[in-house]
Order: sequence, then C-alpha cells, then structure tokens
Amino acid sequence: MILLHLTLRSLWNRRASLLLTLFSIAISVSLLLGVEYIRKEAKSSFLSTISGTDLVVGARSGPVQLLLYSVFRIGNATNNISWQSYQDVASKPLVEWTIPISLGDSHQGYRVLGTNQDYFRYYRHGDKRLLEFAEGKPFAGVFDAVLGAEVARKLGYQLNDNIVIAHGAAATRFTLHDDKPFHVVGILKPTGTPIDRTVHVSLEGIEAIHVDWVGGTKVPGYQISAVDALQKNLQPKVITAFMVGLKNRAAAFRVQREINDYQREPLLATVPGIALAELWQAIGMFETVLRIITGFVVVAGLLGMLTTLLSTLNERRREMAILRAVGAHPRHVFLLFVLEASVIAVLGCLLGAGLVFIGLLAARPWVMAEYGFYLRTWIPDLNDGLLLAVVAVLALLFSLIPGAIAYRRSLQDGLTVRV
Amino acid sequence: MNVIELRNLHYRWQGQSRDTLAIAELHVAQGEHLFIRGASGSGKTTFLNLLAGILHPASGSLTILGQALHSMDNAARDRFRADHMGVIFQQFNLLPYLSVRENVQLPCHFSTRRKQQAGDMQATTNRLLEHLGLDRNLWERPVTDLSVGQQQRVAVARALIGSPELIIADEPTSALDTDTRDGFLNLLFQEAAAQGSTIVFVSHDPHIASHFPRVVDLAKVNQTLIPSTPNPK
Repeated sequence: MILLHLTLRSLWNRRASLLLTLFSIAISVSLLLGVEYIRKEAKSSFLSTISGTDLVVGARSGPVQLLLYSVFRIGNATNNISWQSYQDVASKPLVEWTIPISLGDSHQGYRVLGTNQDYFRYYRHGDKRLLEFAEGKPFAGVFDAVLGAEVARKLGYQLNDNIVIAHGAAATRFTLHDDKPFHVVGILKPTGTPIDRTVHVSLEGIEAIHVDWVGGTKVPGYQISAVDALQKNLQPKVITAFMVGLKNRAAAFRVQREINDYQREPLLATVPGIALAELWQAIGMFETVLRIITGFVVVAGLLGMLTTLLSTLNERRREMAILRAVGAHPRHVFLLFVLEASVIAVLGCLLGAGLVFIGLLAARPWVMAEYGFYLRTWIPDLNDGLLLAVVAVLALLFSLIPGAIAYRRSLQDGLTVRV
Repeated sequence: MNVIELRNLHYRWQGQSRDTLAIAELHVAQGEHLFIRGASGSGKTTFLNLLAGILHPASGSLTILGQALHSMDNAARDRFRADHMGVIFQQFNLLPYLSVRENVQLPCHFSTRRKQQAGDMQATTNRLLEHLGLDRNLWERPVTDLSVGQQQRVAVARALIGSPELIIADEPTSALDTDTRDGFLNLLFQEAAAQGSTIVFVSHDPHIASHFPRVVDLAKVNQTLIPSTPNPK
C-alpha cells in the first residue's frame, strides 16, 4: 500500500531525529518488560525458597512468623519446642523424613543453623533442587561447619578455616563462643535463597558450645573445654523448629491438624506454600508500585514521540500539499501520521523486547556466579503481549492529535502553502 | 466539448463579509491553453483551489469535463482531481524522500484511472523523463540532488503521467531564469499536446502570456472588485 510505503520512506528520511525517539520508546518498553520479568521471577523464586517440604513445625505463633524465622532467618522464635515433641511427630507413620533446626547463634551477622545430616539429604529449594557443595562435604564432627555461598564469599572463608560463633545475634567480645571454634568442612553452591547467608553446624555442636552456659551467659569460673565437651551428653533437649516431608502429600492437612492438636506442647504446623503466598501478599505491594512507575516511564517515552510528531507538522506542510495535489484525501494525510506513530511504536516494542532478551542472556553468567540465581531465557507470554499491545494502542491514540491537526491543515491549505 | 465551464461562481472564506471570488462566466475548450494573469490578492489562490476541487464553491456551477464539481462531496472531488488533473507548483513540487522515478509515479498510486492510462508504468515514466530531457543517471536519484529547473521538469512529468485532461500550473516558472523558463514552457506545451491535455497556467508574470493562445486577466473577470482581499489563511 502506497501510504505505508510513503510512511516508511518519510520516516527513513528523518531517521536521525526519529532514532532517538525510537530508542526512548525501546528503553521504556524494555524497562516495562524487564520489570515484569523481575516481578515474575522474584515471585516464583520467593515462592520456591523452600520446596518439597510439606510442613514446617515450630512453637505456636503465627504461620508467617514461623516461616520468617525458620526459612528466611528473619526475627526469632517465640519459643523452642522440646526434643520429645519432635520425636513424637517424627515417628508418625505418615512422616517420611524430618529436618530439625536450631537457631539463635550467629557469625559476623550471619545466622548459625544447627541441624543434622538430613538437611543435606532432604532440604530442597527452587525447582526441587537439593543442596549442592561447591567444595567439601557435609559436617561429620561436632565442631564442623558448612558455609552458605555468600558467607564464604563475603567473609573470604575457605575449607579448613576456623570460625568462632557468637551467642545471639550480637557480636560483642563477651558473648563469643571463642573457646570452641568451628572448622569449615564444606561450602555450598549459591542457591539464591537465605541458605546462602547461613552457617550450618550440627545440633550437637550447638549443644556443645552451650554446655558451660546457664541462662544465656557464661558462668564465671565454670568452663568446659572443647575436648571435655565432647564427653558430655550432647543430645539436644530443645530445638527451634523442624521441617517435615510426608510419604503422601495429600495427607499434609491431616498431619497438620494432628500436630496442631498435639496435647503435650502447643505446636504449630504450617504448609510452607500457603504461608509463602500469604507472606508474598503482605510484601507484594512493591509489585504495584513498580508497575505504576514503569507505566509512567512508557507514557513519558510516548510523549517524546508525540513531541517529535508535533514538531514536524510545520515542516511537513509542503509534503501534505503535494500529496493533496496528486489526489490524496485529508484522510490519507491523517492516516500517514497514525501509521508513522504505529511504525515507531511497533519498532520500539520490538527493539525493547530485543533489549530485554539480549540483556538477560548477557547478564546470566554474572548473576549465576554472583547470586546463584539462574536467569531464565525471556520468552514473552500473553501478559507481555498485552502490555506491548497497550503500548501500541497508546501510541496510536497519541498520534491522533498530530493526525487531526494535519488533517485540518491540509483541508485549509489545499494546494497553496507558502513555506 | 469544453474542459471547463464555469457560471456565476462565488466563493467566500469563512467569517468574511464579502466574496473573495465571483466570476460570471468562463469557458475553456479542449487544448485551449489558458493563461490566467493575476497579481497576488486577485483571488488567484482561491480560483486554483476551486478548480482543483480543494475548495467547494459557495454558489454557482463549476463543471469540468462534463462533471459538476459543485455538487460533489470532498472525497469525490479528491478522486476527481486524482483521476483528471495534474498539478504543478511554483517550487518544492517533489517529496524529498522519494526518488525521481517514484515522484513521477505518485499520482498512479492514488488513481487507478491514471495507472491504467499510463500502461506500462516504468516505460511511460522513462519516456516522459526522456522527453523532458532529464539525464538518465538522475532517474533513480533522490530529488534533492536535482537543480530547481530539473525538479520542475520532474514535476511536469508527474503532472502528465496517466494523461490527465487538465494540467493546473501555479507559477511553475517563477523560480527559473528566463532561458530555462522558455525551454520549460516549450516542453510543457509539447507534452500536453502529445496527450491532449489542456493547461491552465496561473502567473503574475505578463512576459509568459505571449506563449499562450488565450489570456484571461483575473482582476477583470473577478467581479468582487476588491483586489486587495487578504488571504485569511
């Protein structure tokens, strides 16, 4: 069609100034799509911080709080639960595996998590992935430690380094367990979850560093050396929480009810997926904010295009008169502007999409190495298609303004424009 | 048959209290190339726009090629112009982003009639450009590479392609020097005669008038008697 041909040739003729317009639209579109991508990935990554675990059990509080301290290492447990309760639940016939966790100590601001070998055997995250070791192996001895990827990287630890654990979250000198240092035997691969920021030790290790403590402080004049501590009974009496894997997932709600109705101690069992979704809803407000901001960025890009179109109106009067002379109707002139805006918008969308695609590919190795997060290839879905369609329609609506002005002018000017 | 028949034609710009143009009668026969002399302000612009079907007369009749332009709607007049008229401006006749060839062929994209009459469009374009003395190596070049005189000849080729019955020329020689001007006029007459087109040529330059078989002074034909009416555009 001649109008499209004319539009393209005319655009090409003014390519230098239009290129900037095109880029501003492309960048705003790539921002829009990029934010959508990050939003979706952040959500799916958040929701798969823990996977394959059917129940998380802790002292009775709220499900979100339980999840926060047991999975995200945020905040503290309101209470511990007894070893006996843990054993009772672990021995239920429907339970396939359990992972006990004991929290409360820290190392240079990173939480220390006491657990057992089952942690490395059963804990899954992301797409049901088990923990993998970058170096070394799971802890075996009482004073062995396994570091999360970020802990090792940020603090520069290697295998066989010794680390000292602090009591509680503070790191003052008096609360250090400096008489019983731990030995780094393993470093995990990055997972993109709070595990990267965790120091893992055995439950016995947690017990051992507290044998000579009473009520949360060192007892003056009462010291038991690391060697002597190994001779003590290191069977923990309490733990903070535990994860449960069931033989049959369908039984999750039944087992949950049984645990919640446990008579000897007030326990709370929660299905992590549900609590995660609840938590996401609570913090998901930023999604909306991000979307609004990128929406405005796109509008700004399109306003730039509108400005360019309007500024060319005068210099294109002659062009319109020529077209009128060879038989074009003012409607054709109008269409010329709408087509022009559409071509710019479509090219801007394609370029923007290309930028997202290439940008993510380029960033993938770096993000993987730095954050242990695998950037999936960007494949536009229906939602992205809709967003692009909205951009195109918006561009079309904007172009109605210069189109209408050109229409009116070409009616008035006719064949006689003195420029 | 008369190419143009015009009776009691009146035109008034919106918001004006008096007519800009009022012509009692004017007939132009086929091949009777007409020179319309008009100083600026004589209603020349209005007359051309009426003739080309851009403006619609307030009253009176304007018949071109037997078709009543005054009773056509805007779209029909645009179609009529595309089919039956070639227009040449004073200058800047060409779209800067198209090649010489594409500019010449432009009317054929807006009129199937012109396209059919042009027959083999490439051959017709070549013939016209050759007749008008444009060097072959200019044909595929952007029009911005051409001199003003060359551009005006391309404009003639564009006005002539598809053999429209009426050629409307609005001071096409004003940007040319005298030598180029005479050559240009000769070419225009020659090509118009070759395909039987009638030329209506508007200019304020009395020297050109001698080339034409018929001359009409707009200041005398226009009965509004207010030669200084400003163009409100």
